[in-house]
Amino acid sequence: MSGLAMPAPNAAVLGRRAEIAAALRNIVPGEGVIDHPDGMRPFESDGLTAYRQMPLVVVLPENTDQVSRVLRYCHDNDIRVVPRGSGTSLSGGALPLADGVLLGLSKFNRVLEVDYQNRVAVVQPGVTNLNVTNTVQGNGFYYAPDPSSQIACSIGGNVAENAGGVHCLKYGLTANNVLGVEMVLITGEIIRLGGKHLDSEGYDLLGLMTGSEGLLGVVTEVTVRILQSPETARAVLVGFPTSEDAGQCVADIIGAGIIPGGMEMMDRPAIHAAEDYVHAGYPRDVEALLIVELDGPQGEVDDLLARVEKIAGDNNASTIRVSQDETERQLFWAGRKAAFPAVGRISPDYYCMDGTIPRKQLPRVLARTRELSEKYDLRVANVFHAGDGNLHPLILYDANIPGELERAEAFGADILKLCVEVGGVLTGEHGVGVEKRDLMPEMFNEDDLKQQQRVKCAFDEKHLLNPGKMFPVLHRCAELGRMHVHKGQLPFPDIPRF
Amino acid sequence: MSTILKPETAGGVLETIAWAAGEEKPLEVRGRGTKAGIGRPVQAEYTLDLSALTGVTLYEPDELVLSARAGTPLAEIEALLLENNQQLDFEPMDYGLIHGTETGGGTIGGVLAANLSGPRRLKAGAARDHILGVAAVSGRGEMFKSGGRVVKNVTGYDLSKGLAGSWGTLAAITDVTFKVLPRAETCAAMGSSCEISAAAHLPAEAAGRLPELASADGAVTALRLEGFGPSVAYRKEALKAVIAGAGSFDELDVGASESLWRAIRDAAPLAEGAAPLWRVSVAPTAGLDVLAALASLSVRHFYDWSGGLIWLAVDDGADDAGAELIRTAVAASGGGHATLVRGSPALRTAIPPFQPQEPALAALSKRLKDNFDPNGILNPGRMVAGG
Repeated sequence: MSGLAMPAPNAAVLGRRAEIAAALRNIVPGEGVIDHPDGMRPFESDGLTAYRQMPLVVVLPENTDQVSRVLRYCHDNDIRVVPRGSGTSLSGGALPLADGVLLGLSKFNRVLEVDYQNRVAVVQPGVTNLNVTNTVQGNGFYYAPDPSSQIACSIGGNVAENAGGVHCLKYGLTANNVLGVEMVLITGEIIRLGGKHLDSEGYDLLGLMTGSEGLLGVVTEVTVRILQSPETARAVLVGFPTSEDAGQCVADIIGAGIIPGGMEMMDRPAIHAAEDYVHAGYPRDVEALLIVELDGPQGEVDDLLARVEKIAGDNNASTIRVSQDETERQLFWAGRKAAFPAVGRISPDYYCMDGTIPRKQLPRVLARTRELSEKYDLRVANVFHAGDGNLHPLILYDANIPGELERAEAFGADILKLCVEVGGVLTGEHGVGVEKRDLMPEMFNEDDLKQQQRVKCAFDEKHLLNPGKMFPVLHRCAELGRMHVHKGQLPFPDIPRF
Repeated sequence: MSTILKPETAGGVLETIAWAAGEEKPLEVRGRGTKAGIGRPVQAEYTLDLSALTGVTLYEPDELVLSARAGTPLAEIEALLLENNQQLDFEPMDYGLIHGTETGGGTIGGVLAANLSGPRRLKAGAARDHILGVAAVSGRGEMFKSGGRVVKNVTGYDLSKGLAGSWGTLAAITDVTFKVLPRAETCAAMGSSCEISAAAHLPAEAAGRLPELASADGAVTALRLEGFGPSVAYRKEALKAVIAGAGSFDELDVGASESLWRAIRDAAPLAEGAAPLWRVSVAPTAGLDVLAALASLSVRHFYDWSGGLIWLAVDDGADDAGAELIRTAVAASGGGHATLVRGSPALRTAIPPFQPQEPALAALSKRLKDNFDPNGILNPGRMVAGG
C-alpha cells in the first residue's frame, strides 16, 4: 500500500478552494471552518500514520442542521467529503483527500439522555467510548464494546468501524449494542434508523451503516444499549509450554459451554515486551499466555473459575494464577492492554495487523507467521483475541531503514492472505480503509464487490462520501446499474418443476 | 396457480433468477411457505421454491459455527445443535402456531429473511445479531457472498445483516452461516438485576390459556433465569430478595419452563382463531402507554421483552384492524413499529402490514431495492406496495 493510489483530485474543486471555504463559513460560522495549513495539520492523518494528506478544508459543525447543510452544499457542488470522529482509525478510514472537505464531528460531544429504565443512552457521535461508561457507571451500568482506543475513540467512529474490544466475545460488537442512529445522507436528508425499541423493521439499514467506514452517511446521534455492571469479575492467568496447548485450552473452555467475558492470548515475544514494560507478573518461561476473565454474579464466577482452572490443568498449563482482588485483576490486564506500546518500546516502529481466523487454525497460522518472519527478516509479536479468533500480529520494523516499511507491508499482506486461506477474513475490527483496500479481491470476487457497491449507490450515487476507502475499484453507479439480461427459454432441464 | 420452480442447487437458483430477470417475470420467493401469511400478498406467475436446497454444510461445535443451505428445516438444525448441547441463542419463533399451519416447518433461510427472534431478544438479540455470512442471488441474477464464518469481521459492508428482515425482496438466500452457542445447563422461570434472559407479562386472560400457568390465579409476570446450576441457584436467591413482598410467586421446573417460554415465543395465548394479530415493538417502558391508547379497541394482548414487545389480537372487526390507532400510539410513545403478522389477504392488501416509513427513509429503502432488484422480480410488493 506504500504506493497508495487515491482518486485523482478534481482540479476544478481545488481551484475553488477559497470560494468553498467561504460557503462553508456561511453554514458554520466562527471557528468551525479551518483552511490555514497550521490549523489543518492535526487532521492530515489518523491512527495509520504512515499516510498523510492535507485536506481541502476542515469543517467542524456543531449541530445536525449544519451537517445537513454542509453535505447538501457538497453534494450540489460535487465536492468530496471525508467524515472523521476522533481520528483513531488504524486503517486510514479518516485519511483526508486533497480535494475533499474533512468533516469533523468533535463538537458533537454531549450525552443527550440516559434512560436507565429502557437501558439505553442517547449520545452525540463525538462522545468518547469510555465517556459513555463513565457517565453511567455511578448507577451500576456500562457500555460493553471496549476497543483498546476507548479513551479517545468516538462512538460515531465506533459505528463507522463496528468496533469490538476484548468484551465482544460475550457481549457482541458495536453492531449488537447500537439500537438506533440519526444520520445525514450526502444529499442533506436527515433520517432515523431504529430507536429505543429492540427490534427494527424494514431493511436493516442500521446493520449496513455499522461498519460502513464513513462511505454511506454521517451519523449525528447514537442510541446505545447500556448493561448492568457485573456483580464481580475475576481473571485467570494461565501459561502454557506451547501455543497448541493454549489453543486447545480455549477450545475446551468453549466446548464446556463457558463464554468468558474476555479471553486473550499472547505469544512469547509479546509476553516479554509487556512484562518488561508494566511488570504485571507474567511468567517469562512460557510460549503462550492466556488471560481468561469471568464476570457475572458472584456465585457464577466462583463456579466457572473452578471449571476453567480444571480445564487449564488438563491442557498442560505450567502456571495458573487467579486474581485475588480488583487490583490484581487490573494488573493482569495492564500487560495485555499495554501490549502495543510495550512492543513500541522494543522497536522504532511496528505495524499492527488484524485478521480473524477460525480458532483451531491458530497453531498453523502462528507457525507460518514465524516462517514469514524469517523470510522477511522482521520480528513479530502476537496478541490474539483468542475467544473469537481475532489475531493482531505486530510486525516490528524501522521506517528509517530504506525498504523496511515496504517489507513490513508485504509481510502483513502475506499474513492477511493466510488468514483468508484458512477460512478467516482480512480484518476483524480495524476496518478496510485504505490499508486493506487492495486486498479485498483476496476475499471477494467481482460480483461480491459489485453488490457491496450497489449498497453504496443506494446511499451515495455520486461517490462523494469517503471515496478511495474500502473498494479497490470504484465503479460508477450508472455502470453498475446496467442490467445484463439473459433472454431465452426457461432454461432448466435440471430444475424440477411441479 | 403459480408454476413452482424448485432448483436443487445454488446454481439452479442463479439460472432461474437470471432467466426471470431477463424475461421480467416476477417470482414469489419462498422456503417452505410457513410465513406466507405475513406481508402483502404476492401475485406472481412463478414461485421460486428454495426448500430443495437442504443440508448442513459445516458444523464445528468447538468453533461455535454452523453453515447450512437455506432450505434446511430449522427443526433439523435445532435437533443437530441439541445433540451437541448447543442452540441458536436468539431463540427464533415459529409462526406456524398463529397461522394454524405446520409447526417446526420453517427453514433456516426464512429465519434470516424474517429476522426472527424470541423471548431472549432482551439479552441475545435477533437473527441479525448471529448471522455471520450468506450466499445469495440478487434480482439481477448475480450470485454473491458476504461475511464469513468468524464472529469478528468488518471486511466490507455487512450484506448478511442487509438481508435480515428483507423477506426475499432483495435476493434469494442460498446459504447461511450462523454463530451457535452453548445451551444453558439449566433454567428456571419465576415471577431485576439477576441477569434474567426473558421477561414477559401475561394478563389473566392470556395466562389462563397456558397450562404451565394453571396454578396462577390472575395475571402473571414471568422471568427466566438460565445458566450453570450454581449460577441459577445463586441468582434465584437474589431475585427472591428483590421481589419479596411483590406478590406470590411460583417456580417452574426445567421442562415446564421450556414449554412456557416456547408458548410465549410463538404467541400461543393469542394463537387460536383468526383475529388480526399485531406484533408491536416499542421501548420497553412504552408498552403500557401504547395499550392505554387503545382503549376504544377490543383487544387481547400480552407483553414480552420486558414490555417492549406487545402481541395484540384485535377482536372488534375495525376496517383497518386498528392499524391507524395502533401506529399513532406507537409514534406517540417514542417510536417503534407495528407489524400485522396475521390477517386475511384482503386486509393485508388494504393496509400496509409493515410499518410505513418516513419519506426520506422509504426512498432510501426503495433505492436499495432498485439496486438489488431493478426489475422488481423478487417478491414484488411483499413489504411495500409497488416496491
